[in-house]
Amino acid sequence: MSNESNSKRMSMIVTKGSLDWAYPPFILATTAAAMGLEVTMFFTFYGLTLLKKKLDLSVSTLGNPAMAMPMFGLHIGMPNIVSAIPGVDAAATAMMKNLIKKKGVASIEELRSAAVESDVKMIACQMTMDLFEYSLDDMIEGPVLGGAATYIENATKCDINLFI
Amino acid sequence: MADQLLDAKGLNCPLPILRAKKALKDVAMGGTLEVLATDPGAVKDFEAFWRATGNELLASKADGKIFSFVIKRLS
Repeated sequence: MSNESNSKRMSMIVTKGSLDWAYPPFILATTAAAMGLEVTMFFTFYGLTLLKKKLDLSVSTLGNPAMAMPMFGLHIGMPNIVSAIPGVDAAATAMMKNLIKKKGVASIEELRSAAVESDVKMIACQMTMDLFEYSLDDMIEGPVLGGAATYIENATKCDINLFI
Repeated sequence: MADQLLDAKGLNCPLPILRAKKALKDVAMGGTLEVLATDPGAVKDFEAFWRATGNELLASKADGKIFSFVIKRLS
């Protein structure tokens, strides 16, 4: 990426692994890379899920009062209590995936491949890999292992640092 | 008429930008790329994209719900 006219840098700490929260980091990483920035993503805690070879992401209505699905021309809220009913979160996930397709929104798999193709650097947090008993073999090709100091050193050289 | 045409209609953020970045690689230096999009957010995003990447936006038009941008590759 050093031949780009814009050699600014961005880093991101990715901590969440649900379908909805997977979007912001990958959208920003791929767009920044397309704009010529050098991008580093540091995956920790549930964010590690986003590096697994086979993605099986879902959304939950629990603790998400802002989640309102467009249905029958209305926006239907999802009270916390309904997520306790078996199948509700699965239905919400299916509905979200349906909308994603219908509206021409990229899938996470697509954005993740685009990130890898555009040389976005990915660091998997060693400590949470140990904690959740993951190995790099569980993950896509590309991520390297690192810890807090690795991230901080990189972040000091960045123009944008985000925590998602 | 632009040298290359990219149809990004029906695609949502950030796909038009990502596809445009890819398509621009096949355009010769000084050549032009026309992008068609239906995402209204693409209008502002493309302005930022060309500014940040050092390319020139020659034209930006809206024809009904279809937006068209012509870019000259300079970087």
